[in-house]
Amino acid sequence: MQFGIFSVSDVTTDPTTGRTPDDTERVRDMLTIARHADEAGLDVFATGEHHNPPFVASSPTTMLGYLAGVTKQITLSTATTLITTNDPVRLAEEYAMLQVISGGRMDLMMGRGNTGPVYPWFGQDIRNGIPLAVENYALLRRLWTEDVVDWEGKFRTPLQGFTSTPRPLDGVPPFVWHGSIRSPEIAEQAAYYGDGFLHNNIFWPVHHTRQMVRYYRQRFEHYGHGRADQAIVGLGGQAFMRKRSQDAWDEFRPYFDNAPVYGHGPSMEDFTQQTPLTVGSPQQVIDRYASFVDEVGYYQRQLFLVDHAGLPLKTVLEQIDLLAGEVVPELRKIVEAKRPADDVPLNPPSHAQRVATARAAGEVVATHVGDTADPYTGTVAEGTRPAASQEARA
Amino acid sequence: MTVPTTPGGSPGRTLAVVSAGLSQPSSTRLLADRLADATVRELEDAGHTVRVETIELRDLAHAVVDAMLTRFPSGDLPRALESVTGADGLIAVTPVFTTGYSGLFKSFWDVVDPDALTGTPVLLGATGGTARHSLALEYTMRPLFTYLRADVVPTSVYAATDDWAASADPSTLRQAQPGAGSGQRDGGGLPRRIARAGRELARRVAVRENDGPADPFAATPSFTELLGGS
Repeated sequence: MQFGIFSVSDVTTDPTTGRTPDDTERVRDMLTIARHADEAGLDVFATGEHHNPPFVASSPTTMLGYLAGVTKQITLSTATTLITTNDPVRLAEEYAMLQVISGGRMDLMMGRGNTGPVYPWFGQDIRNGIPLAVENYALLRRLWTEDVVDWEGKFRTPLQGFTSTPRPLDGVPPFVWHGSIRSPEIAEQAAYYGDGFLHNNIFWPVHHTRQMVRYYRQRFEHYGHGRADQAIVGLGGQAFMRKRSQDAWDEFRPYFDNAPVYGHGPSMEDFTQQTPLTVGSPQQVIDRYASFVDEVGYYQRQLFLVDHAGLPLKTVLEQIDLLAGEVVPELRKIVEAKRPADDVPLNPPSHAQRVATARAAGEVVATHVGDTADPYTGTVAEGTRPAASQEARA
Repeated sequence: MTVPTTPGGSPGRTLAVVSAGLSQPSSTRLLADRLADATVRELEDAGHTVRVETIELRDLAHAVVDAMLTRFPSGDLPRALESVTGADGLIAVTPVFTTGYSGLFKSFWDVVDPDALTGTPVLLGATGGTARHSLALEYTMRPLFTYLRADVVPTSVYAATDDWAASADPSTLRQAQPGAGSGQRDGGGLPRRIARAGRELARRVAVRENDGPADPFAATPSFTELLGGS
C-alpha cells in the first residue's frame, strides 16, 4: 500500500496566533511540504486544483513539474484535477508533459469540482457536471492513446487531425484515478475504464465509504477488468499526532474548532468518532487506519490531509515526520498482511508496470509523433492511419 | 365512511410524527399527538395496525445543525431521517415563529433528501399564541411540502391558545364525527378539525403503496448510458 499526503492548498488564518500566510508563502510552503514528504520517504504527494480564494493551487502541473525536478522518489499526483472545467486538450498536453518530465513518476486523479461559480469562469456550467466529466475524459483518453484524433462532442469545438504532444512516455498514458465523495456515476466511470477510484472520505462516516467502494468494485468486475478485489482503491484520511495523545488533542482542538469545513459544528470528540479524523498518538493512528482494510477490502493508496486549517508549516513538517517515521512502517506491515491474495495488486500500477503490461498485450506502437505521422501537421498518409483513429471516425 | 384497506397488502402502517415544539411539555407536541391519535383511530377502524414514531426535533437540534455543516447525519438523526422517509404517512407540526415555521423545523427538512418525500401523505399542523397567524400553515408550510412533492392533505390544523381553552373532551369526539349535524360545530372547533384532518390523512395512508427507500446505486445509469447522454 502506498501512503502519502494531499493538500487542498487553503490559506487559513492560524487561530492560535491570528497569523495568515499570503499566497506566495502558502505556495512555497506546499513545495517545502512536498519535498519534505519525499525526503521522509512517503510514497505520494498530491495537490488539489482550485480557482477560487482561499485556495492557491490553481496550476498543478507547474507545481508538480518543479517538484519532479527537486524530489527523488515520491509519486506526484493530483487531488483532484478538474475534468469538467479544464479543456481535455490542455489536460492531455500538460499531464503528458509532466509524465515525460517526471520520468513516469506521476499519476493523476480526476474530479468534478463542486463550486458552481467556478464553472462559468472556464466557459462551463455546473449543471453539466457529470456529462462534462464523461465527455471530457473520453476525449482525454483518446488524445493519449491515439496519435491523430478526429473528434466531435457537445462541450468543445471539434478536433480534426489533432495530435496532442508530447506523446505519453513510452506510449503509455499516466494512470488515472477518479475521485468522488457522493456520486456513484463517477465510481461507474472509474469501473468502466478500469481506472482507480479514490473515495475522499475525510469528512464522511465509513459506512458511506464502504458502500461507494463496494459499488465501484462490483462494477469493475462487471466490466471485465478483473475480480472486484483487484480493483484499485484509494482512501482519504486525516490525522493529527503527538507522542502523547492528550498533547495532540490540546494542540489540535483550536484548529479543529475553527476549521473551514467542520469548524463551529460538531465537537472534535464526535467528529473523530464519525469520520476518519484521528487525533492522538501514532499508535492510535495505526490502529484506526489498519481497520479501514476491514471495511472496504485491501486497498492500494492511503492519502492524509496534514496541511490545512491554518496549521503552521513547522507543525505540518513534524506531522509528516511522525507519519513517515512512526505510522507508515507499522501500518504498512499490518495492512499488507491483510491482502487477500497475491494477485490483488499491492500498490497502484507504476509506470514501469503499465509499460510492461501494455507491451505484453501488444498495445504499444508509437512513442512519439514521428513514428506514425507527419511531424508538421500531425497527420499520416492515407491508408496508414492507425486503426483506432479510423474506428473513431466511423 | 370507512378507510379502504389495500387489497392483498399488509395492513401494517407506519406514521412518523415530527414535532418542532421547543418547550416541554409543548402545545405543539400536544397537537401532534392529537393528530396522530385521530389518524391512528381511523386506520385501526379500517383494520390496519399502526406504528407511530414520534420525533421531537428539540432532541435533534444539535445534530441537525451539525448535519448542515458536515453534510452527513450523526447521532440519533439518521434514525429519525429513516423514520420520516420510510413512513407511510407523516404528521408535521411546528410552532409559528416570526411569520412562519420555526427555524429548527425548516432546518430539519433541509437535511432530508429532497426526493425522499415524493408522494408521502402529509398532514400539517401549527401552533401559535393567536389565531391571527393561522394562515402561516398555508403560505409557509404547504409550499414547503409541495416543493418536496409530498401529498399534503387539504385540512391543515392550526391551534391557537384559545383553541385549547375551547376544545371539547376528545373522548366525545367520535360521536361528534361524520354524519353528525351542524349543531356539533360549536362544541368541537379544534377537535373537529383534528378529526377531519386525521381522517383525510388516514385515507391516503391506507392506500399508499410504499416502495421503501430508493437505492441510490440502483438508480445509477450504466456507463454506456452516461456516454450516450453526453
